[in-house]
Amino acid sequence: MHMADALLAPAVAGTMYAFSAAAAGHSIYKLRKDDDPKKLPTMAVSAALVFAGQMINYTIPGTGSSGHMCGGMLLSALLGPQAGFLSMIVVLLIQCLFFADGGLLALGANIWNMAFYGCFVGYYLIWRPLMRGRLFGEGKGAQRGRIILASVLGCIITLQLGAFSVVLETSLSGITELPFGGFVALMQPIHLAIGLVEGLITAAVLCFVYESRPELLRDINISAAGKARHSLKTTIAILAVLALVVGGGLSLLASSNPDGLEWALFGNAEEGYSENMGLDEDDYGISSSAAEKAESIQESTSFLPDYSFADSDSPVGTTVSGIVGAAVVAAVAGVICAAFGFFRKRKA
Amino acid sequence: MNKLETALRDISEMDRLAVKSSPVHGLSPLAKLLVTVAYIAVTVSFSKYQLSRLFIMIIYPLLMFSASGIKISTCLYKLRIVLPLVAFVGLFNPIFDRSPMLRIGGVAVSSGVISMITLMLKGVFCLMASFLLIATTPMDSICAALRKLHVPSMLVTLLLLTYRYIGVLTQEAAVMSDAYALRAPGQKGIHFSAWGSFTGQLLLRSMDRAEELYTSMQIRGYRGEFPYAKSSPFCGRDALFAAVCIGIFVLLRFVDVASLVGGLFVR
Repeated sequence: MHMADALLAPAVAGTMYAFSAAAAGHSIYKLRKDDDPKKLPTMAVSAALVFAGQMINYTIPGTGSSGHMCGGMLLSALLGPQAGFLSMIVVLLIQCLFFADGGLLALGANIWNMAFYGCFVGYYLIWRPLMRGRLFGEGKGAQRGRIILASVLGCIITLQLGAFSVVLETSLSGITELPFGGFVALMQPIHLAIGLVEGLITAAVLCFVYESRPELLRDINISAAGKARHSLKTTIAILAVLALVVGGGLSLLASSNPDGLEWALFGNAEEGYSENMGLDEDDYGISSSAAEKAESIQESTSFLPDYSFADSDSPVGTTVSGIVGAAVVAAVAGVICAAFGFFRKRKA
Repeated sequence: MNKLETALRDISEMDRLAVKSSPVHGLSPLAKLLVTVAYIAVTVSFSKYQLSRLFIMIIYPLLMFSASGIKISTCLYKLRIVLPLVAFVGLFNPIFDRSPMLRIGGVAVSSGVISMITLMLKGVFCLMASFLLIATTPMDSICAALRKLHVPSMLVTLLLLTYRYIGVLTQEAAVMSDAYALRAPGQKGIHFSAWGSFTGQLLLRSMDRAEELYTSMQIRGYRGEFPYAKSSPFCGRDALFAAVCIGIFVLLRFVDVASLVGGLFVR
């Protein structure tokens, strides 16, 4: 997600520098106020660790591909948001200077997209509330469940925000002809998958730290570390149920309005945006002849058309569709993973 | 060679280049930093169709590379990191922007192709300028320049310490990766069962190392700020270099030198 200088206009780059500098100024002020002289070497060594750790390849089971650790969430869980943010700035600066990973002018944008969301949003909105809450109950297993949930959620959300910012900054700079909606539709799903994998790897590292030295992690109830009420299997089962509940619950809120890509292609006449890309909905849209044929095929194959039971408009249908959809996607992903694994073994 | 060892090699290569001696190496780090930032800002400020005007900007990296005695090829392999995202964004331009802009012989070139090439060139030029800065300036000198620009001492000290420890920890991670790979032949990365313990062990050791580091810093009299032993002064020669370079960049930005020179030969 590191942006090169070429992807930004100077005005956008300057604005992002200003935002990042404000966040850095706040962090330095806060750390000076805390006045902990030991913090600086710890920050430096942690930053160096994140730099090295991001180059270690972790095999993703069944796929043959590999993932990496998420630095922002790890640093904010270890050092807190302000110290984590400054450490991430330094990591990004060194990556930019020595490895050409991201540009010098684009550094402000990169800091915002990766360090700010990862450290501040990840810590204040996800890590701290989850660690201080009592989700999954008391005890060691519950704490581990909260760490896994916070890492996975944190990585997914902060990466989504970061990817969206990349699209926004690039589009505002006016250097790409790719329509905003299309660009978003390309970037977000890729980073959803990356976020999930990074979240799991970061969770594994943080769980290990929790087992060995829980005092190193922020906002962790150390007294609970001794008691184990839930096993890891129970925690995973609870997480699975929670995923089903979230999948089912959120699908009730799913909008039937045109999404960003549709809006970008055809516009929205009711809102007064008639010609976004100048495409004629009669030729390309949902009423074109090709679309009608595709629709008839889809109708005959789908058992839950438009996320509801056929011939039913009840919210129950929508909820069931959400759960079934999640299960089908998981099953398809499992089959693809297995297929990858099978072909890799045959190749070997 | 694994990724960690490649990174170590890259860092030591840059360190080796930075301590060479040449007219460019002798310039004040502050002057080089200012000129580099000005160059990148001017380069990216050209509009997406100003290909010929942008192309003239190649003069600065070419001259600096030859004056510093560093081969351009040493920086070009770094393009593998920069170009993918730039190319990903740029490749859509010829698809969406098809209006013909110029004709070369009988072939019409669309404005999308021009904007794609402009974008790629911007990426390459900016990379060359950043590379030149770091290849001709040691890290402690860059930190001293940042202090002169009133970047907070906490951030600069953190940068210097992190840079020092990146070598140590990357080396340690590389040794661990090699040891793991030797015990798990045919496996591409770290197995799922060792995800936590692999980096976790390194993390715990690093935290102990940070304690030792702090103690050793205190013993050596650390009181919140590092003294920068060799801070090259910003003299008249540096001011002249910065003024001339930035002046030329501004001139190239506002005057279409490419067309003026072209007009001498083509009517």
